[in-house]
Amino acid sequence: MNVVIVGCGRVGAFLAGLLDSGGQKVTIVDLERVAFAHLPQTFNGTTILGDGSDLDVLRQSGIESADAFLALTEGDNRNLMAAQVAKEIFGVKQVMAKVNDPIRARIYRDHGIMTFSRTTILGTLLHAMLTGNKEIGPKLMALANSYEDEMAGMDLAER
Amino acid sequence: MYFVVAGGGQVGFHLSKALLEAGHEVMLIEADRRRAQYIQEQLGSVVINATADEGRYQIEAGCQRADALIAVTGDDPKNLVICQLAKFQCHVPRVIARVNNPKNEIVFKALGIDETISSTRVLMGVIEQELPTGGFLPLMPLTGSHLELIEAEIAKDTPSAGRAVGKLGLPAGSLIGGLVRAGKIEHVDEDTVLQVGDRIIVFAPTVTESEVKKALFG
Repeated sequence: MNVVIVGCGRVGAFLAGLLDSGGQKVTIVDLERVAFAHLPQTFNGTTILGDGSDLDVLRQSGIESADAFLALTEGDNRNLMAAQVAKEIFGVKQVMAKVNDPIRARIYRDHGIMTFSRTTILGTLLHAMLTGNKEIGPKLMALANSYEDEMAGMDLAER
Repeated sequence: MYFVVAGGGQVGFHLSKALLEAGHEVMLIEADRRRAQYIQEQLGSVVINATADEGRYQIEAGCQRADALIAVTGDDPKNLVICQLAKFQCHVPRVIARVNNPKNEIVFKALGIDETISSTRVLMGVIEQELPTGGFLPLMPLTGSHLELIEAEIAKDTPSAGRAVGKLGLPAGSLIGGLVRAGKIEHVDEDTVLQVGDRIIVFAPTVTESEVKKALFG
């Protein structure tokens, strides 16, 4: 699977590392070169410096043959624009955008862009844990914790 | 008419001022508190201090009854989202976006925002219009269609000079709507032979712009 990710912050870099170690072909785009420092040292994918909503930058990232596209920058609007470009102009099948404003996330979901909001996802998880929900919290936390163990292990091994 | 203007920079401020002077009703949305205050001092109670890319502030600004919304911030993704939200949520009949990167004109059109203003393109238009020899100038998109209006000037070395309109090989769906010769507008048909100095107005599907140029200028 070819995956293009725009935004190499903590989330983007984490996901890129996860996909890359799982054998997927990953290209990650960011405006700032320093952002690529978030990637794990083992990362084998491609990094591209540029604006992830710019047509030429996206072409360079290989979006035309991408199976999935994720917009994970800090800007809701940038993510929404990049995701729509990926879907409508380049015809990428699976497109996801991080939209932290829940209302905007909802409106664009109604218009065919798969959006998710850190606000509601994290808030819902915390609420579930606090109220002792046995289904939502434990499964997700167990998986997330195992990734953290792996990352911490690798970090120690490198030193 | 009632206009909502998103973004109170130089463009938004002067646009709102001009609309008010022309007797229209205006509400301007500006995110920066001090800028909003300044505009209020200058133009009166026609500004709300809020972010225009949030639906509730668009509603507060009265978008549901607006005749048009114009997004003129300096940030293209923001202008896109402002216009789309206004369409989706408030069903504003006409939305216009400023694009700062001229490449985004095509992007905005593909994403449902038909009317865009690119200052780069406007300036290029002004410069090209003053070119002394034959020129090819896309004038404007025609609202609500995939057509645009193109002006072309036939110069001495233009390949289409001396040829009949029917023989130019213009792309399907395009039409020469008129011809200005010696300052007078003339009707054009298949047999009209283009002459040096003619200015023609072409209606053509936006996607065929380069083919039109090729047919006329080689």
